[in-house]
Amino acid sequence: MTLNKSLLIPLVVFILLILLLALGFTLKDPHFLPSELIDKPFPEFSLSDLYSAKTRTREDVIGDIVLVNVWATWCPNCLIEHPELTRIAAHEGVTLVGVNYNDESAKARNWLRRHGDPYSFHIVDNDGRLAIDLGVYGAPETFVVDQQGVIRYRHVGPVTRDVWQRTLAPVIDLLGSGA
Amino acid sequence: MIAELGHFSLILALGISFCLMVLPSWGVYSRNLTLMHTGGSMAAGLFVFLLTSFLCLGYAFITDDFSVSYVARNSNTALPVAYKISAVWGAHEGSFLLWTLVLGTWTFAVALFSRDLTVDMRARVLSVLGVLAVGFILFLLLTSNPFDRSLPVYPTEGSDLNPLLQDFGLIVHPPMLYVGYVGFAVPFAFAIATLWSGRLDTAWARWSRPWTNIAWAFLTLGITLGSWWAYYELGWGGWWFWDAVENASFMPWLIGTALVHSLASTEKRGVFKSWTVLLAIAAFSLSLLGGFLVRSGVLTSVHAFAQDPERGLYILVFLVLVIGSSLTLYAVRAQGIKSNALFTWSSREALILVNNLLLAVATGAVLLGTLYPLAYEAFTGGDKISVGPPYFASVFVPIVMVLFAFMAISTRSRWKDTSAGFSPRRQAVYFAAAVAIVSLLSALLATLVFPVILVTSIALWITINLADDVLTRLRNKRAKLRALVSQPLSYYGMLFGHLGIVVSMIGVCCTVYFSTEKDVRMLPGEVVSLGGYEFEFHRMKKVQGPNYVADQGEIKVSRDGEPVTTLFPEKRLYTASQSVMTEADMDPGFFRDLYVALGEPVGESAWAVRVHVKPFVRWIWFGGLLVALGGILAVLDKRYRLSRRTSESVVGASVV
Repeated sequence: MTLNKSLLIPLVVFILLILLLALGFTLKDPHFLPSELIDKPFPEFSLSDLYSAKTRTREDVIGDIVLVNVWATWCPNCLIEHPELTRIAAHEGVTLVGVNYNDESAKARNWLRRHGDPYSFHIVDNDGRLAIDLGVYGAPETFVVDQQGVIRYRHVGPVTRDVWQRTLAPVIDLLGSGA
Repeated sequence: MIAELGHFSLILALGISFCLMVLPSWGVYSRNLTLMHTGGSMAAGLFVFLLTSFLCLGYAFITDDFSVSYVARNSNTALPVAYKISAVWGAHEGSFLLWTLVLGTWTFAVALFSRDLTVDMRARVLSVLGVLAVGFILFLLLTSNPFDRSLPVYPTEGSDLNPLLQDFGLIVHPPMLYVGYVGFAVPFAFAIATLWSGRLDTAWARWSRPWTNIAWAFLTLGITLGSWWAYYELGWGGWWFWDAVENASFMPWLIGTALVHSLASTEKRGVFKSWTVLLAIAAFSLSLLGGFLVRSGVLTSVHAFAQDPERGLYILVFLVLVIGSSLTLYAVRAQGIKSNALFTWSSREALILVNNLLLAVATGAVLLGTLYPLAYEAFTGGDKISVGPPYFASVFVPIVMVLFAFMAISTRSRWKDTSAGFSPRRQAVYFAAAVAIVSLLSALLATLVFPVILVTSIALWITINLADDVLTRLRNKRAKLRALVSQPLSYYGMLFGHLGIVVSMIGVCCTVYFSTEKDVRMLPGEVVSLGGYEFEFHRMKKVQGPNYVADQGEIKVSRDGEPVTTLFPEKRLYTASQSVMTEADMDPGFFRDLYVALGEPVGESAWAVRVHVKPFVRWIWFGGLLVALGGILAVLDKRYRLSRRTSESVVGASVV
């Protein structure tokens, strides 16, 4: 009997598919940071503020070392990281800026009323335009932006105490001492 | 206590499923009849313990047992009882328990209703289902145990079910969907059992057909319900978003549709044997893949299911084991299968082949669109890109249009050779007539839109052919009505299935092209007109619900001064979770829906209001219901019942 090789096609396709999924998996897992965003200036934007009629632009982010946190009310992990962000803002002396991503402003305000608002201000990004410029995968993501408005670090996923101690704090210390 | 009982039942179910996996197949291997017969009672036991486990979780929800962390996360004392029950499958752990229970139910059903199978086939099928049960239950116990307690400190109040899910549509949508998804495990098990036995004949197609039809009908129902729910609950008037999770349910449906057709050819004509087996494997594999995509967090989706890499890894390994070994088995065992039945290019077989190829290509297109962002990211390391509706519209729609055109002809086709009864000239006349009628109608209504004319013409063309087919069947009968009634149910299944697609086609097309909407800022007393209707924003008031407070708008709709209806859209604040929900209100109608949703309050008493007029939108779901009805009618056909009844007495005692 001659071997009908075409019957192997489904298996080969499946293996390729699995490789892709596995690859996607390893990429996603360690909250890696794509290199090209690092050391690029924070993108230009002009969006409204969550509480006032004020327009927020890139100028508002520049000046101090800032943690820009992309969050949304529909994102369970944002709630998980919220206590740690609150602690960082209160005790570590770091300015926290929120990007409210693909959300409804009323929901966002309610969420903040309930859970507390440690942020200096929030940029309303309902269409996700700023998030696209930032290359956001999904909420939450946190960017370290330096005094010149350059993105220096990017963390995908919730900011836990561990993440703060191991990565964010050292990065911020380094930026603070170098400046 | 009850939660521990549920947990314990689940562990027992794991033990039984392990026996179900091993014992009957050991019986097949050692030719031991007693062991082969154990499958039936194992299946019954599996079902009973899974059901017990599920009921225990339900009990924990109804009695507000917040020491169970899953309950604390997804329920609340103020939640109405119906939603407490549906909260059981409101998040990852519970919904996967439901998924597993559905598998147990299918397994038990197979044990009950497949006694006309040879003893060894039945043993093989049940042990394949046992393998799946082991995988699912292990997944639950290892990564997603819904019975985990948070002791000794537990909350006195739960954090509420996601308000989006507090809705009738979400009570019924997941069970329907899962019955469909998991139902494809049955034809899969039949296919594997056939490959395993090495007897790749047409008998397996006859056994699998009713199971495939019913699973497919439920999946149709599940998807239809999901689409309807998205429409009225999400508050933006959309009914399909090409979201990764929607695609995950749509791909098995497309392949399932191909399978339903190709099983018919395999059973009736003995053709496409190995292709049909492959489709059966593919349909279930896509169901599993869907589960992986939804629950692993590899793709970010608006559905945002509990995402956990550990779970994703488990499912990935499970996928490799189950699908990988199935496809290897296929590559080895499907060797040398040939069908010697001949058919011509115009035969039903040929047309079903076209149908299968087109559906497979369409599935491939959807799969590509779903996984492309992942592939792009993996190979270029670049930014996340999203593949949205434009891709799907430009790739999927043309394929489907060709499919519809073939569908028109295929209803008139016959097995083996159609040429005798088929006249291309008549088809040309039918099509021309359909185009003429539709164009005339459009011209009268002053809405000449080319795509709508094309789609509606094809829809009408299919309908003419279906009607013609019915008339042909009655032509030589004296008692027309009796002849109509005495047509086999499977024939009606075919009619309703295809008619349903026609209805949905018209619905989708008209909704896409004729919908109008406006986003406006309205003060009380202001009027906005849209699509011939006047919407008057009458007033706002506060409303108190069981677990929410709401701002309710009152909007009076009139047409040419005549009042049509009054709509009450709401903006709800669910008190426990502090989440705000838009509750749209609509006036459904056969030819159009009026749809109003509240946006944000702007200024003192003004509100952002979104009004839609959506023609024919109901047809989309009505068509879906017809398709599902068609699938169910086909299962009820006498043919399948007869074969069951004759064999019932033979093995009647084996289950007990």
